[in-house]
Amino acid sequence: MRRKLVSGLLLGMLALGLALPVLSWAAGDPTGANTGTIADVSAATAGAPTLEEVAATAGHNKVAINMMWVLITGFLVMFMQAGFAMVETGLTRAKNVAHTMAMNFMVYPLGMLGFYVCGFALMFGGMGALGTMGGYAGLNQEFTLHLFGKDFGLFGMTGFCLSGHYDVAVFAMFLFQMVFMDTTATIPTGACAERWKYLAFFIYALFVGSVIYPIFGNWVWGGGWLATLGKNFALGHGHVDFAGSSVVHMTGGVIALVFGWLLGPRIGKYNKDGSINAIPGHNLPMAIIGTFILAFGWFGFNPGSSLAGTDLRIAVVAVNTMLASATGAVASTLWMWRVRGKKPDPSMMCNGMLAGLVAITAPCAFVNSISACLIGLISGVLVVEAAFFIERNLRIDDPVGAIAVHGVNGAWGCLALGLFADGTYGDGWNGVAGTVKGLFYGDSSQFIAQCVGVTANIIYVGAISFVIYKLIDKLVGHRADPAAEVHGLDVPEMGVPGYVGVKMDKFSETPLSR
Amino acid sequence: MKKIEAIIRPEKLAEVRAALEKVGFPGLHVCEVEGHGKQKGVVQQWRGDQYRVEMLPKVKLEIVVSDKDVKKIVQAIVETAKTGSVGDGKIFVSPVDEVIRIRTNESGESAL
Repeated sequence: MRRKLVSGLLLGMLALGLALPVLSWAAGDPTGANTGTIADVSAATAGAPTLEEVAATAGHNKVAINMMWVLITGFLVMFMQAGFAMVETGLTRAKNVAHTMAMNFMVYPLGMLGFYVCGFALMFGGMGALGTMGGYAGLNQEFTLHLFGKDFGLFGMTGFCLSGHYDVAVFAMFLFQMVFMDTTATIPTGACAERWKYLAFFIYALFVGSVIYPIFGNWVWGGGWLATLGKNFALGHGHVDFAGSSVVHMTGGVIALVFGWLLGPRIGKYNKDGSINAIPGHNLPMAIIGTFILAFGWFGFNPGSSLAGTDLRIAVVAVNTMLASATGAVASTLWMWRVRGKKPDPSMMCNGMLAGLVAITAPCAFVNSISACLIGLISGVLVVEAAFFIERNLRIDDPVGAIAVHGVNGAWGCLALGLFADGTYGDGWNGVAGTVKGLFYGDSSQFIAQCVGVTANIIYVGAISFVIYKLIDKLVGHRADPAAEVHGLDVPEMGVPGYVGVKMDKFSETPLSR
Repeated sequence: MKKIEAIIRPEKLAEVRAALEKVGFPGLHVCEVEGHGKQKGVVQQWRGDQYRVEMLPKVKLEIVVSDKDVKKIVQAIVETAKTGSVGDGKIFVSPVDEVIRIRTNESGESAL
């Protein structure tokens, strides 16, 4: 029976094959060369558009390309949430997987809602016209201080729940900026992993999207006072951050620093004599796949920040991004292997690639490829040294290296722009004529603007994080119950182990503090 | 009757089993155990920090045989499980009072 069926099928396929030359293949446009003609230009008289109608179509298409680019790169950045979840969970212990994953999961919806309700308005309510996406100019209310005859923009005041801006460009902008905010939001969950009470995290996630992130974001990307440092004080083009080394990564890194410091180390991390117990993560394959997902998402993060698919500088941006990720990974690996340790250390490889990506995020559009390689190379060494310094000198327990990757290299990326920007791009950036040049290309004032931006980030994000940490501490407390921490947070905090039916091995255990 | 307990390297299990089969003792049971002897574990590296894994995985075989076969079996295990490095394991031999085959209720040497 089965044999009959098979031979019947074979005969049928043979018959179809014999019929091929007889079937007609002439219809259609197999090369695509003839698809899209004058008939596709919207015109009152079909097939005979006027010059105005042709120009209108060209304009519409340009904006359409830009908006498509913004949306698609935004979708890529959204997927970075999966990368963060895997890196953070892979580098922590098996007994906390459900808890760590659940933080990385819920930070997405909670942060998003906070950003929708008021974050977007505070950040972009005063940004002015959306130049690359049709010029919508309704986001025009900035709260501004007038000091010394200059304007200091502090935060936007329109766009709460997107109300009053039922506009395609604003919606595209919201999506793109929302996923950037969520990148910041998910960075501290790594530094605070394995000991943070879930309820405290829950409240934090609302604050980060609604208040912490948008205010600094306004200063750099929403037309605030850091962006206008150039116009007001002739400091280069003001603080320039193409895709968010400071706005996104350093903000996340500084929150991670403050929260990780106040939360204290995991039980068993430090001994009484000051020596350190390693607490190995439970799944390196997971961490490495997560790193790849992040590197992939970064092709949305950096090139997308042009907010324009018609700005062909995106090719330079994309290549610089991948080059810095390569030199970052190679440098951190070799530094661990040959200088600081005895083995190449897979977890530091991941940190190194991410450090290169974070560092190139601000300068990616403004530097040449050699500079991009150099910026990544330095970040790879910097991330290892910073991780040691944070663990051994500051004695802050950061299980995944979030502070070293995002905080330290976010700052380095902003400064690197002030050094290496080569003056081939950025004419008119932040309303200042001429291209963006760094110190090595003759504009020391740009480097000063970068230093001001980095300092402002540390002070503002550090202070507001401290206040919000203390506020949540008063409300619900941050630190998980010590017995729950030793047992693993999965069952006490989440109600279920992440790996059901799996016997935890000794690597998941908490080291004895001696 | 004697019970032979041998703690050996996990990677040597297949070789030891084959050797036992050759000398005529196919019946045994095996459990995975962890422990350390005087050498105390191995050093690993995590994010640049060295740490010692004190408990190492080993395999424990248990075989019950009549007194006359003990020497042969111990010899077979020592020959195959030995690498000459620290951590090759140990063999313990102890007396067994009684053996009962559950299926037939036989006891003594014929139940082996």
